[in-house]
Amino acid sequence: MSKTAKRVVLDPLVDNNPITLQILGICSALAVTTTVSAALIMCLALTSVTALSNASISMIRHHIPNNIRIIVQMTIIASLVIVVDQILKAYAYEASKTLSVFVGLIITNCIVMGRAEAFAMKNSPGISFLDGLGNGLGYSVVLLVVAVVRELFGSGSILGVTILLPVSEGGWYVPNGLMLLPPSAFFIIGLGIWAIRARKPEQVEPAEFRIKRVHRTEVF
Amino acid sequence: MEALPSLFIKAIFVENLALSFFLGMCTFLAVSKKIQTALGLGTAVIVVQAITVPANNLLYQYVLQEGALSWLGLPEVDLSFLGLITYIGVIAAIVQILEMVLDRFFPALHSALGIFLPLITVNCAILGGSLFMVERDYNFAESVTYGLGSGVGWALAIVALAGIREKLKYSDVPAGLQGLGITFITVGLMSMGFMAFSGIQL
Repeated sequence: MSKTAKRVVLDPLVDNNPITLQILGICSALAVTTTVSAALIMCLALTSVTALSNASISMIRHHIPNNIRIIVQMTIIASLVIVVDQILKAYAYEASKTLSVFVGLIITNCIVMGRAEAFAMKNSPGISFLDGLGNGLGYSVVLLVVAVVRELFGSGSILGVTILLPVSEGGWYVPNGLMLLPPSAFFIIGLGIWAIRARKPEQVEPAEFRIKRVHRTEVF
Repeated sequence: MEALPSLFIKAIFVENLALSFFLGMCTFLAVSKKIQTALGLGTAVIVVQAITVPANNLLYQYVLQEGALSWLGLPEVDLSFLGLITYIGVIAAIVQILEMVLDRFFPALHSALGIFLPLITVNCAILGGSLFMVERDYNFAESVTYGLGSGVGWALAIVALAGIREKLKYSDVPAGLQGLGITFITVGLMSMGFMAFSGIQL
């Protein structure tokens, strides 16, 4: 693999992660992270849609009139998502029920649209495919980390295999019910962003206001 | 009919699209720095949601659903697999029409909503609303209620978050949490607050 190709794939994993840095694609990401298996299927679906849509949009990029490009991209993405949805319904019906509407929501996932618009419209199909793959993987990394934390602490298992034996089955671990509820996903991502930015200070956003030290009597 | 007010309240508070289904998060986080803009976007979402969910409901009932084409003499046709592409097409078209209508008849409102209207096409809350409507088999009256309620709920959440963020920018946040990080944690706390509504029925 050439150097640029490698960079295109690996860059979105941490350095330029679509979720933690670009704030893209959080929409459908968080709701499917209560179990690792649901998250895995979602990652697979999203990564394949991003990679394939990037490649196909890049192939016809010289033929798309500029002012209707969004609708063309949307149609391609929607068709790919329908294919993924039908495959899931045919071969993994249970999983498609758990993911419910969230597979359909890949259409409006900003990562897919964002990469099509920002990368595939300007680059050749091969490298666009890799870019889609990299961004899909960057999304997957965050999704899987959140899912592992939530499933492990929320129900004491990973992929349905019990790791921490819960009290209800005679073990010692008291499952943390909050982990299975929506708020915990926000907390985990927030703390994850903190951890990444502590390692990579160049990602830190500047504060809009600096706190000036004043004695409290001066305020009045 | 008594179920409708209950559905409305449920759509706003208990099943808030933003805070319990994480829908429309990208715009939710990106456009919540000022109350004014959040209000504009919120209004736009309410309007679009209240129109697209019923429109998609009619399409689903009379065209896409299995056996829906029996009035054409085609009782065995099941077009529901075309659902996704239809809904997004309807949403994009309605947003476009709405933009032109507003521009022609309500220029003040059009300039207030400004860039937010086209953004709404790719807002997951809108598509999500339509998909939930199909999944839960709402009839037309329910879909109108649900569309309106979920739009109001989303608008309420984004305005509330913008209010918090306007104050939050004066606070002394640890460097790494600045910006996105602290916003996530704030949204988490808000979503916890909204969980207090769960179980409410009218």
